[in-house]
Amino acid sequence: MTSPLQQKLKINGPVMVTANRLGDGAVIYRTAAGEWTTEIAAAAIATTADHAKTLLAAATADYVRAVDPYVAPVEFTADRRVLPGNLREKIRFAGPTIALPGA
Amino acid sequence: MYLYDDFDKTLVDERVNEFRDQVKRRLSGELTEEEFKSLRLMNGVYLQLHAYMLRIAIPYGTLSSEQMRMLAHVARRYDRNYGHFTTRQNIQFNWIKLDELPDAMADLASVKMHAMQTSGNCIRNITTDQWAGVAPDEIEDARVWGEILRQWSTLHPEFSFLPRKFKIAITAASHDRAAVKVHDIGLRLHKNGAGEAGFEVMVGGGLGRTAFIGKTIRPFLPKRDLLSYVEAILRVYNQFGRRDNIYKARIKILVHEIGAEAFGREVEAEWEKIKDGALALDPKAIAEIASRFRYPDYERLADEPAELKAGLAADARFDTWFKNSVWRHKVPGYAIVTLSLKPEGGPPGDATAEQMDAIADLADRYSANEIRVGHEQNLVLPHVRQRDLPELWRALDSIGVATPNVNLVSDIISCPGLDYCALANTRSIPVAQELTRRFRDLDLARGLGRLHINISGCINACGHHHVGHIGILGVEKNGEEYFQLTIGGRADEKAEVGALLGPAVPYDDVVDTVEDIVAAYLELRERPDELFIDTVKRIGVEPFQERVYATR
Repeated sequence: MTSPLQQKLKINGPVMVTANRLGDGAVIYRTAAGEWTTEIAAAAIATTADHAKTLLAAATADYVRAVDPYVAPVEFTADRRVLPGNLREKIRFAGPTIALPGA
Repeated sequence: MYLYDDFDKTLVDERVNEFRDQVKRRLSGELTEEEFKSLRLMNGVYLQLHAYMLRIAIPYGTLSSEQMRMLAHVARRYDRNYGHFTTRQNIQFNWIKLDELPDAMADLASVKMHAMQTSGNCIRNITTDQWAGVAPDEIEDARVWGEILRQWSTLHPEFSFLPRKFKIAITAASHDRAAVKVHDIGLRLHKNGAGEAGFEVMVGGGLGRTAFIGKTIRPFLPKRDLLSYVEAILRVYNQFGRRDNIYKARIKILVHEIGAEAFGREVEAEWEKIKDGALALDPKAIAEIASRFRYPDYERLADEPAELKAGLAADARFDTWFKNSVWRHKVPGYAIVTLSLKPEGGPPGDATAEQMDAIADLADRYSANEIRVGHEQNLVLPHVRQRDLPELWRALDSIGVATPNVNLVSDIISCPGLDYCALANTRSIPVAQELTRRFRDLDLARGLGRLHINISGCINACGHHHVGHIGILGVEKNGEEYFQLTIGGRADEKAEVGALLGPAVPYDDVVDTVEDIVAAYLELRERPDELFIDTVKRIGVEPFQERVYATR
């Protein structure tokens, strides 16, 4: 799970563009309509490098709402629900894998 | 405690106002992230996986109870009710909102706390022995020198944009509790043949991608010359340190590439030019800063009072805790008490707001309003009357910070790992938690003796895995979490980098592998009091490799 910030853009399957929301750092996903959402189900999915680059370029230009956008892998369930494609994204999506002490 | 003056207060207040304006401009879009990033990093603000993280400095690990209550307040008001004490005497809050950060910082400034020097390529928070000022084996209170260096380094214009971050640690004791040999500059205060106190100056220590033990470039530096000499080191580093490759930018690479001797010559040449200038320390100035460290009005007490003896005789659990977590104080009748932030199944170094408040209350009642933070991610009450120990233990036990595992196998140093950190390759905390469950038998742990496990979730080594007696490093292999294990590392006065044990093991095997290492140690040690680290030193890595990998 090498940090995506240190990776070159490689597309080996379906991907989305994700970032952190400027005001609170929350995990957000880029939609096809050029908005941001916390719902991964609403993320725009790209399957080609060109599409991913287009999504990323638009997301990067939107620096007032989002910080450090990047391309991340996704997986689909049998019924085509979108899931994060690696452990890093799973943790970003679902939160820490540990019980939080102050909870 | 150190008493800050109006200058410090003004400096911190101005910094908050400046940052409030920077945040406002970022939120409005006036600043891009690229423009804002270096500004937020100068104020200890990182963007992690789920949220912003604020790292607050605890200079030389000293906290007042008032400051601890403020940390509890920040945890409660701005975060999720807990904080994480780090390996560099800082505390991190993991869920801070950017738009609330200026208010959080203003609240912290009201008790003279800040986040300067906790990130960015500057001289970072100066660290020292968490027992400084009370340790029986020290020659003087190293915090005085930490404070002198803090005043010199804070917002130092020449050293605010170094090739890379720069860490300085100081010890004044015979046993190094500050890990000075794995810092960019390590300072060991000691006495020369004439009985004068001065510094052994080590440079080029560090962990991360390339681990090195610091090399001594000056065995004895008079106190008056501390600032000029450190400035000379920083100047040589600033001039020759690499800026073209982030992985080769730390001073340790420079020292390694040109050699400690050549580096030392450059420093001495630079120092000759400035040693008698403005940075030469006037004894009056040193005394003035030393006078601002206030110690309790210690009572005249005897060691081992009746209350303590009665407590030890009456309660075996108290006796066990006392033997593990209480150390001799330099003043008779007093004790140094370590509070374990490593409960079974807990994230190492974390404390809830409720625990912080309770610890602050206990510090008021039993430790002259003072708390210390150690690089092992535990807390310390430094001024406890021995007669109060039974009562204090009951209170600490009731809030979950009296696990008698200090320096034992479950006293694990761990970075936040992939559960929080944007740079991590693997998780660290769940590995630590499972290890504390596996080694929950404290009788067995005591039988093992001192055994430090350090875990890092990536090569940046925030969990100091290289210098763990057993070091665990998370690496990624084809999208899966694997862990490399090292043994034989240590961070004290005999500091060494651990040796690789063998191929990395998958996440599900790492705790079993550690258990196998421990089993091998029990088989291989010469006698029950030969510590793990001494067994490794005596026989090397191979006998461990044979046993641990025989069935893998």
